[in-house]
Amino acid sequence: MPEVDLLLEAARPLPEPRQITPGLTTGDRVFRFLAAAAAAGVLVILGLVALFLVLEAQPALKVAGFKFFTTFEWNPDGTPAHFGIAALIYGTAMIAVIALVVALPIAIGSALFVNEYAPARLGRPLVALLDLLAAVPSLIYGMWGLYYLQPHLQGTSRWLTDHVGFIPFFHTSRPVFGSSMFIAGIVVGLMVLPIVASVTREVLSQAPRGVCEAALALGSSRWGMIRSVILPFGRSGIVGAAMLGLGRALGETIAIALILAFNFKITTQILAPGGGSVAGLIANNFGEAGDAQRHALVAAGLALFVITLIVNTLARIIVNRTSKGKMED
Amino acid sequence: MTDIPAADVRIETAVLPDEPSPFTSGGGTMRAEGLTAWFGKHCIVAGVDMDMPAGSVTSIIGPSGCGKSTFIRTLNRMHELVPTAAMAGQVLLDGVDIYAPGSRPALMRLRIGMVFQKPNPFPTMSIGENVISGLKLAGIPCRDKAEMTERCLTRAGLWSEVKDRLGAPAGALSGGQQQRLCIARSLAVSPRVLLMDEPCSALDPSSTMRIEETIRDIRHQVTIVIVTHNMQQAARVSDYTAFFLADKGDPGRIVEFGPTGELFNAPNDPRTEDYIHGRFG
Amino acid sequence: MAATLPAAALPQPRKLRRSFREAVERPLLTATAVGVAMALIFAVTPLSGLPGWALCTYVGFVVADAFDCYRTDGPVVAKDRIATILVSTAGVCTVVPLILIVAYVVSKGLHGVTKAFFTETLEKVGPNDPATVGGGKHAIIGTIEQVGLAALLATPLGLMTAVHLTQSRGRLAQVTRVLVDAMSGIPSIVAGLFIYTMWVVRFHEGFSGLAAAMALSVLMLPTVARTAEEVIKLVPNGLRESSLALGAPEWKTTLRIILPAARSGLVTATVLGVSRIAGETAPLLMTAFGSDSVNTNPWHGAQSALPLFAFQRVRNAIPSQIARGWAGALVLIMLVLALFTLARAVAARGRKGP
Repeated sequence: MPEVDLLLEAARPLPEPRQITPGLTTGDRVFRFLAAAAAAGVLVILGLVALFLVLEAQPALKVAGFKFFTTFEWNPDGTPAHFGIAALIYGTAMIAVIALVVALPIAIGSALFVNEYAPARLGRPLVALLDLLAAVPSLIYGMWGLYYLQPHLQGTSRWLTDHVGFIPFFHTSRPVFGSSMFIAGIVVGLMVLPIVASVTREVLSQAPRGVCEAALALGSSRWGMIRSVILPFGRSGIVGAAMLGLGRALGETIAIALILAFNFKITTQILAPGGGSVAGLIANNFGEAGDAQRHALVAAGLALFVITLIVNTLARIIVNRTSKGKMED
Repeated sequence: MTDIPAADVRIETAVLPDEPSPFTSGGGTMRAEGLTAWFGKHCIVAGVDMDMPAGSVTSIIGPSGCGKSTFIRTLNRMHELVPTAAMAGQVLLDGVDIYAPGSRPALMRLRIGMVFQKPNPFPTMSIGENVISGLKLAGIPCRDKAEMTERCLTRAGLWSEVKDRLGAPAGALSGGQQQRLCIARSLAVSPRVLLMDEPCSALDPSSTMRIEETIRDIRHQVTIVIVTHNMQQAARVSDYTAFFLADKGDPGRIVEFGPTGELFNAPNDPRTEDYIHGRFG
Repeated sequence: MAATLPAAALPQPRKLRRSFREAVERPLLTATAVGVAMALIFAVTPLSGLPGWALCTYVGFVVADAFDCYRTDGPVVAKDRIATILVSTAGVCTVVPLILIVAYVVSKGLHGVTKAFFTETLEKVGPNDPATVGGGKHAIIGTIEQVGLAALLATPLGLMTAVHLTQSRGRLAQVTRVLVDAMSGIPSIVAGLFIYTMWVVRFHEGFSGLAAAMALSVLMLPTVARTAEEVIKLVPNGLRESSLALGAPEWKTTLRIILPAARSGLVTATVLGVSRIAGETAPLLMTAFGSDSVNTNPWHGAQSALPLFAFQRVRNAIPSQIARGWAGALVLIMLVLALFTLARAVAARGRKGP
C-alpha cells in the first residue's frame, strides 16, 4: 500500500555522500605543485632572512648581552667592546614621532578634502599627485632635505628655540641648528604622508552614507556631519593608518643617514645636531666595517626587523578590523 | 491658517527662537510649483504642482521608478547634494521659496525634517544622545534636555520601551525601534514639516502599525508628506494622496491629486484607477 | 483633478550653487586686506621674513573670514567655514612638497645631464676634473641589470604565489598571505643585510650585481604578489567556469584564460614593483657596493647603480662630484616617475577596456 511505503521511505536514514575524486590531470598536478612551491618559497625566504640575521648577529649579541639595549655608545671594535642601540632606539622613535606629528594632520585633512569637499575633477588629480609623492625614492628626499630644507629651516629652528625654548624639547644648548632630528623628522613625515593619507582616505570613505545623510537632513553643516559621523566612525582606522606610517618611518634609512650627524647621547633637543636611527647607523658605518663591527650592525638590523614586523602586523590588524567590522550599517 | 511667528517666515536669517517650541505651531504649508528635477541630462520628474496643507498628511503613491523619492528630496534640498543634480520650479514653505538665492539649506532643513527608508541612528551615540543630536548639531540651546528627550520619545511612541536605557547604544534597538528613534530625533528640532521616504518598507507589520499610530498622533503639529509603496497604508493614514506616473522614457509627472477617500473610491483618471486595482504596479 | 502637461519643452534648471567667482570674491578681498595690514605691521615692528609674513597673513585671514561668517550667519556656520579653510589648506599642502622636490632636483641636476653623462664613466676621473668630465654610464648599466634581474626573479615567483593564494584554501595559503603582508614591511636595509650575510659573506660570493638583484627581489616580491592576487580575484568567475565547462583542465584555464584576462593588472603590479626598487639605495650599499667603472657582468664583481652613484657622489666634499651626484639623482627621479606613471596608465586603460 503506497502510504505505508511513504512512511517507510521517510523513516529510512539519508544515504551517505559519495566520495568524488577530483580527477586532476598530470598537468594540473604539476601546476598546483609549482604554485604551492612558490608560496612555500616565500615562507622559505622569510625564514632564511630571520635565520641568517640571527646567525650573523649572534657573536655580537653574545658579547653585549642584554646591555645591547641599554648601552649608549657604539664601539664594537674597541677593547672592551662596548656598544648598544639604546640611543638609536630613542632616536628612531623620536624621528618617527615627529614624522607622525607632521604627517597625520595633513593626511586627515587631505583625506577629508578629497572625500567630502573637493569636486571630482579636482580630487582625482590630487590623489594621483599624492601617489606620485610615494614613488619618489628615499634618496631624493634625503638630498632635498639636506640641501634645500635644512638651510630654509634654520630661521624657523631659531625662532622655535627663542620663543618656545622653555619646553625642553625645543631648547638647544648651542646656537647651531642643522643635522637635527627636527629636520629629519619633517622629511620622514613627508615620506610617510602618502601612505597615511591614502589609507585614511579609504577608511573614511566607508562611513555609512545613510547616517551622513541623516545628519544633513537634521540641519547639520558639513563640518558638523564630519565631526559627528565620519570622524568617530573612522577613529580606529586612522590609528591603523598612523601605525602603518609609523612602520614605514621606522625602516627609513637613507634620508636619515644623509641628514643627521650621528651621536650617541640621548638628547631631548630635537633642534640641535645629533641623534641617530638604527637604519642610518647601519648605512653609515657599513662601508669600513671589520668583523666585530659587522656583527654588531647585523644585530642592530635584527632588532629593527623585529620591531618593524610587530608594528606593521598590529597596524594591519587594526585597519582590517575597522573596514570589516563596520560594514554593516 | 495658524498664527505663524514672524521670525519663522524669513528662512535665510540666522535668528532662531531661543527655546525650541514644538507642537504649538500646527505645521507649515508646503507647495510645489512647476517642480522639475534632473540627474545630469536625465529628467526624473517634471512640472509637479502640489499643495500640502498645514497640519495634514499627504501621501505620494505610484509604481517604482516614477520619481517619488526624487520629488520628496527636492522638498528639503537634499536632491542637490548629488553633484549632477539640477532642479527648476519653486518649493514654498509658508509662502517663501526655499530655493531663493541667499537662503541657507542647512537652516531650512531645521524646518523641514526627513525620515529615511533605512533607519539610520548615529551608531556612536546612545539613544538619549541621538534624540537631541539635531539640537547639538544646529547649535540650538536646550534648557531641559531630559524633558525634551522624554517629550520627543513619547511623541514617537518609544518612551516606554527605552526610558530605562537611554544610555544604551542606539544600534542595540530593533529596526522598528530605530526608525521611531529617528522620528523622535527629527521632532526634537521642531520642524514644521516632516518628510518620510518609505519609512516602513524595511520594517515588519507590527512596527509599521506603531509608526502609523505615531503619524496619526503628530499630524496636527507637523505637516507630513509620506512616500509609500503600500496603497493600503496611504489609505489608512493620509488626508490627501498624489499619484505619480512615468511613461517609459518620460519624466515622472503627477497624474492625479486629491483627498484620499475620493482618489481611492472615485478616481478621475483611468490610469489611477488601473493602478489602484492592481492592473499594473 | 487630472494634471497632464502637454509634451512641451522642459524648463531651464535653476542656479543653486554659488559660482566659483562668487565664492572666491569676498574671501579674496579679506585676504588682500589682511596681507596689506600684516605687511604694514611687519614694516613697523621687529618681525621680519617672508615666511613669517605669509604665516601671519594666513592666520589673520582665517580669523577675519570666520569672524565675518560669525557676524552674518552665526557660530555654527563660522565653525564650518574654519573647517573648510583648514581642510582645503591640507589638501593643497599635499601637492606642494612634490612640486618643491622635483623643481629643486631639476634645478640642481639639469646642467649635469649631458651626453657625457650617458656615455662616460668615472673610471679615469680625478678629483680636479670639472663636472663635465666623466659620467654615469656604469651606474645606468648597473641599474638596468640589477632591476632587470630582480624583476626576473620576483615576477614569476610573485605571480605563482598569487595563483596559489587565489586557488587554494589550505593552511599554506592562509599562512602565506599573512607572511607576504609581513614581508612587505621589511625595511630595505634589512633586505640588504640578509643577502649580505648569506650570500656575500657566508657563501663567499662577494659583491655583485646578482646580490643586489636578490636583495631587490625580496623587496619587490610582496608588492607583486599582493597586487597580482587582488587583480586575479577581480576576474569574473564566469570566465573560469565556462572554460572548465568546455573541458579544459584547470591549469590551462588558469594559464590561458584567467591570467591573460588579468593582464593589464599584472603588468601594473610588475611595473609598480620595479618602480619601487629602482630607487632603493640602502640594500645596494652592501650588495653591489658600487664602483667607478663599467661592470657588465652581474654575476661577479662590484657594480654601480644610479641610486648608489648619486648617494656616494653627494657625500663627497668636492663640488664637481656633488654636481655629478645631482645629475644622477635627476636621471633617477625621472626614471622612477616615468615608470610609476606608466604603471598607472596601464592600470587605467585596463579598467576601461573589456
